[in-house]
Amino acid sequence: MNYNWNWGIFWDQTPDATGTYFGSLMSGLQVTILLALCAWFIAFVMGSLIGIMRTLPARWAVFVGNAYIEMFRNIPLLVQLFIWFFVVPELLPGDLGIWIKQLRNGPFIAAMLGLGFYMSSRVAAQITAGINALPKGQRMAGTAIGLTTWQTYRYILLPLAYRIIFPPLTSEFLNTIKNTAPALTIGVLELTARARSMQEFSFQVFEAFSAAAAIYLVLSAVVTIGMRIIEKRLAIPGFNGGK
Amino acid sequence: MPMITIEKVSKWYNPQFQVLKNCTTTVEKGEVVVVCGPSGSGKSTLIKTVNALEPVQEGTITVDGLNVTTMKKDLPKLRSRVGMVFQHFELFPHLKIVENLCLGQTIVLGRSEDAAKTKAMKMLERVGLTAHAQKYPGQLSGGQQQRVAIARALVMDPICMLFDEPTSALDPEMINEVLDVMVELAKEGMTMMVVTHEMGFAKKVANRVIFMDAGEIVEDAQKEDFFGHPRSDRAQHFLSKILAH
Repeated sequence: MNYNWNWGIFWDQTPDATGTYFGSLMSGLQVTILLALCAWFIAFVMGSLIGIMRTLPARWAVFVGNAYIEMFRNIPLLVQLFIWFFVVPELLPGDLGIWIKQLRNGPFIAAMLGLGFYMSSRVAAQITAGINALPKGQRMAGTAIGLTTWQTYRYILLPLAYRIIFPPLTSEFLNTIKNTAPALTIGVLELTARARSMQEFSFQVFEAFSAAAAIYLVLSAVVTIGMRIIEKRLAIPGFNGGK
Repeated sequence: MPMITIEKVSKWYNPQFQVLKNCTTTVEKGEVVVVCGPSGSGKSTLIKTVNALEPVQEGTITVDGLNVTTMKKDLPKLRSRVGMVFQHFELFPHLKIVENLCLGQTIVLGRSEDAAKTKAMKMLERVGLTAHAQKYPGQLSGGQQQRVAIARALVMDPICMLFDEPTSALDPEMINEVLDVMVELAKEGMTMMVVTHEMGFAKKVANRVIFMDAGEIVEDAQKEDFFGHPRSDRAQHFLSKILAH
């Protein structure tokens, strides 16, 4: 293979003269992290709501929850991003649609919504599984001391369910980080987009994508370690593996 | 006025399967009523209908004069006044023992943290578990957990207590510590409805015994009559098996 290695390329100026390639990758990393956090916020809140709905006694709630999950889980993420970016603004009333299309942060907002709702369906499935994994008697015991349905969830079922599903939730958060990459297709300048532009301008394809891959790995490792620490803090003696 | 009345109560899990068939009985204030019968006879279901944990399709149940079968909004309030003890304890595993005892007091009854804690400690002393107040349920033995569960019901100042097979998930050596607490309660005049196979307990403290089979109340008699000369064949058969040893 005839390839001209140049690991010093990261310290070269980018053609738009705003800084080094390294700086460009770092600003991409910032966008990736910000996008992942915003999307995760939506995923966590919506996922919790929908996941809880699917465990309520009311049949309509279960139906709505199931329909939500099927819709957001079974349409490819890329298609959902395109829908949020290209289709939704057209569906909004005239001025509002135009205003949204002209927003400087338009791509970011569309990616945040698309990724957030897509991941929320997966979070919802986990929450439901966590609540259903609890002994039926826990709900009864809460009800029997006079707690309302909402209070039973708030004080008993949810604190237990979130602990049970903490490990799978960690991996859903990691998925959220990784799934920010397709956002480059609607113009979000996140890490992968920055690596691609570096490759296009410098022709240093190996360096650019090795750097991106390494940054994703480090980011995931940091998150995993952080989540492990939180998980240990939340462990309860005598419950679910706690000592 | 009886504390609990159960009148012509029927319940179906699905159109084919009837768990309760036209059950009628009452529990007077201060009375201890033991409900027994073979497994699957509907006794656990019956006791759970009293605080509406299990809905019924036909009949009427009243507690302290209030109709629980038609009640909706006030159900939580009523339930808070009816103590319930479960077969598998059902302590809240993420809360310390003392917190288990405070949750209902502060959230449902609106007591202050301090008042709730004082009451909780008093009740823990009563069941002999003061030393375990800061532990989690998973760190206690089954018998200790069940005593905590009784204390959790008692801190709410219940007007009556329901026990759903409180000793059947326990190792044999732990049964007595739980029964002792229950005997004590009965002697103090607590109104109790107890689903159990512990015939020794029934003989000692029960006023009446209800025998159920296949969803029906087959026999509802004073303790002496039930153990002395049960009228139905089914009750005789059940007793001969359970008292054989």
